[in-house]
Amino acid sequence: MRDFWKRYCRNRGALIGLLILTLVILIAILAPLLFPQSPWKMVQRPFLPPFSQGDLLLGTDAVGRDVMAGLAHGAYVSLLVGLVSTIVALAIGVPIGASAGYFAGRVDDALMRFTEFFQTIPSFALAIVLLATFQPSLTFVIIAIAIVSWPPVARLVRGEVLSLRTREFIEAATLSGLGNLQIITRHILPNALPPIIVLASLMVAQAILLESSLSFLGLGDPNIMSWGYMIGAARTVIREQWWLSFIPGMAILLTVLALNLIGEGLNDALNPRLTRKSK
Amino acid sequence: MKRQARNLMAALAMTIALPAMAQEPQAGGTLNVVIQPEPPGLMIGLIQNGPTQMVAGDIYESLLRYDTDLNPHPGLAKEWSVSEDGLTYTFKLHEGVKFHDGEEFTSEDVKFSIDVFLRETHPRLRTSLEHLESIETPDPYTVVFKLKNPFGPFLGLFEPGTAPMIPKHVYEGTDFANNPANNTPIGTGPFKFDKWEKGSYIHLVKNEDYYLEGKPYLDEIYYHVIPDAASRAVAYETGKVDVLPGGSVENFDVPRIKEMENTCITDKGWELFGPLAWMWVNNDNPPLDDPKVRQAIMHAIDREFARDALWNGLGKVATGPVSSSTRFYSDATPDISYDPEKAKALLEESSYDGETIRLLGLPYGETWQRWAEAVKQNLAEIGMDVEIVASDVAGWNQKVSDRDYDLAFTYLYQYGDPALGVARNYFSDNAEKGSPWNNVANYQNPEIDKMFDEAALMVSPEDREKAYAEIQDIIVSDAPNIWLLELGFPTISRCNIHDPVTTAIGVNDSFRDTWIEK
Repeated sequence: MRDFWKRYCRNRGALIGLLILTLVILIAILAPLLFPQSPWKMVQRPFLPPFSQGDLLLGTDAVGRDVMAGLAHGAYVSLLVGLVSTIVALAIGVPIGASAGYFAGRVDDALMRFTEFFQTIPSFALAIVLLATFQPSLTFVIIAIAIVSWPPVARLVRGEVLSLRTREFIEAATLSGLGNLQIITRHILPNALPPIIVLASLMVAQAILLESSLSFLGLGDPNIMSWGYMIGAARTVIREQWWLSFIPGMAILLTVLALNLIGEGLNDALNPRLTRKSK
Repeated sequence: MKRQARNLMAALAMTIALPAMAQEPQAGGTLNVVIQPEPPGLMIGLIQNGPTQMVAGDIYESLLRYDTDLNPHPGLAKEWSVSEDGLTYTFKLHEGVKFHDGEEFTSEDVKFSIDVFLRETHPRLRTSLEHLESIETPDPYTVVFKLKNPFGPFLGLFEPGTAPMIPKHVYEGTDFANNPANNTPIGTGPFKFDKWEKGSYIHLVKNEDYYLEGKPYLDEIYYHVIPDAASRAVAYETGKVDVLPGGSVENFDVPRIKEMENTCITDKGWELFGPLAWMWVNNDNPPLDDPKVRQAIMHAIDREFARDALWNGLGKVATGPVSSSTRFYSDATPDISYDPEKAKALLEESSYDGETIRLLGLPYGETWQRWAEAVKQNLAEIGMDVEIVASDVAGWNQKVSDRDYDLAFTYLYQYGDPALGVARNYFSDNAEKGSPWNNVANYQNPEIDKMFDEAALMVSPEDREKAYAEIQDIIVSDAPNIWLLELGFPTISRCNIHDPVTTAIGVNDSFRDTWIEK
């Protein structure tokens, strides 16, 4: 573990990423305490520029809502969507990929064709179709994002499992009479974990971007203040009040950047040999 | 030198405080107007949606025109009279009026248009024609309408969107909807149809044989089809178009464009329509069946804020079911203004118990979305739990038609008279599912039904005024719906274009009196 941490710290970008993400998580957790009022509350006259009034650090939006409060509550939504949809995507992708890789043959064929079916449809277009069909609520946004983002997981897991299943220790496990399920869960998956973790960190970033894009297009949950919604609502005044789009845009950029840096750091830390080779 | 002299005169005129000098109109020039969206057709007898009316208003005319106080003025009829008992309306037509194909316009065309063509094709007019007994044409320039019973709004029907004059010689005995002439509309108006480049523009040219000497002033009109709101704003900013009819650019673009040089803005020209925005309240769904809950909502909503922040300060705060520009509007109705404390107290007394109320926004763009959010917040502040339901236009129609809503934004036209544009939304027996435009709230008040029926048939305007004042009083105290704003749709144009809006239907009327100062 200490080794892991040491290797992680060697990547300075990853440290900065971790710092930013911690900050965002803190803001998200503390949002209800820092801004106990609803982020939809109209607190002042509309279009107050940032830093013009002491208690409204970032000014107000088109309807006079506190931008800072929106940003804080939006952080919670973005992280929640990113995290939960990634977990759901993993829950779909890992079993499919593992079964395909482990059982090979026809099972593999069937499952991979199924995966490819999802991969051939552009993920964003599919998400739009899913949300346009269902009622746009936070749950459906998460489900839609999960549905469009599991195929890479399945393919990655399949590849890992394929390379592991012919190893001696798996043969030994088979010989000792362990069932398929136990072999997969106890012996193969733990060894396939590092690349999955790295991929997962990038998927969280991807999910945050997707959620923002969907909200920007007005397909998000209309009852939830998210960063994408804030940009979408502000795009109409981008020529006069550019900061209303810029501020939440920055928040998305920083969070996604942080997650990508962390992903890279995790990659370095989990695959030490790879790192050395690349240097 | 000439210019200086003119300036001097203008200055003089101001110093001695004379009324504004009436300038001599100049003939000639091209008018570039935005049309949004592209109309499905221009034959106004068959299609009456907004963009069709706007273009066809130059091609077709009706018997009367209405000023911004809804007083009738001569159109194709030069004079008219109403009998004492309110049953006979006699119109004298202008002589020498020609259709664009050269045929003369006579009383036969009037009879054909109203009695045959529009009776078949125009549902809104057909409802009013139920009061009509017969149309007589004693001579080519006289038309006599005989009614079965007095019908107060009758004289308000003769604008081009409701009762356009259609050439009998072209349409008689044909299949109206499939007549090839529909593609090259023929009317009596000041402009003739020239060319329609689909997806790009509609071109009208001056009617040289127009019956009013010297009119129209303009040589030609281009209606430009520009599908994207931002591009329409840019088209004005770059000088491609000179007139932006109400609603053609997004509200938030209006302040910026308004600041441009040589730009004038008017919110006139909507008086006949009197667009009123309100929220339908599903009177069948508990707890909204409790009048106290509805009254609480009524007082919880900050209409002035919505007007100032979302509608650029244009429009008026509504006081009840009738727009202030509609005839027989009464301002003596019970107060419904913003008063959160009163709202809280009312909610406290009511049967509301924390239920989640669904709010269906109107999918007509950002302004309406922000408005729904503001209303949700207004209601949250008096302790109501509101959930916004998002939908597209088809979904909105479906949900409202099926009464699958609690609160739903809408706005409707009133056509100048409560009997035409208000009663339909409050009649008990006009509440069947399947239409998003009838009594969607399912407001049931037999007393009101009776009063509406009687008021429509009264002869004297004074009696009607009294009757409608009483109706408005009762409806507002029952609070079946939450009235919000009389919408203001500003028409934006270059200031050197004079008189783009002269009547109560604004740019939907012809540009007959419009001229360009060079």
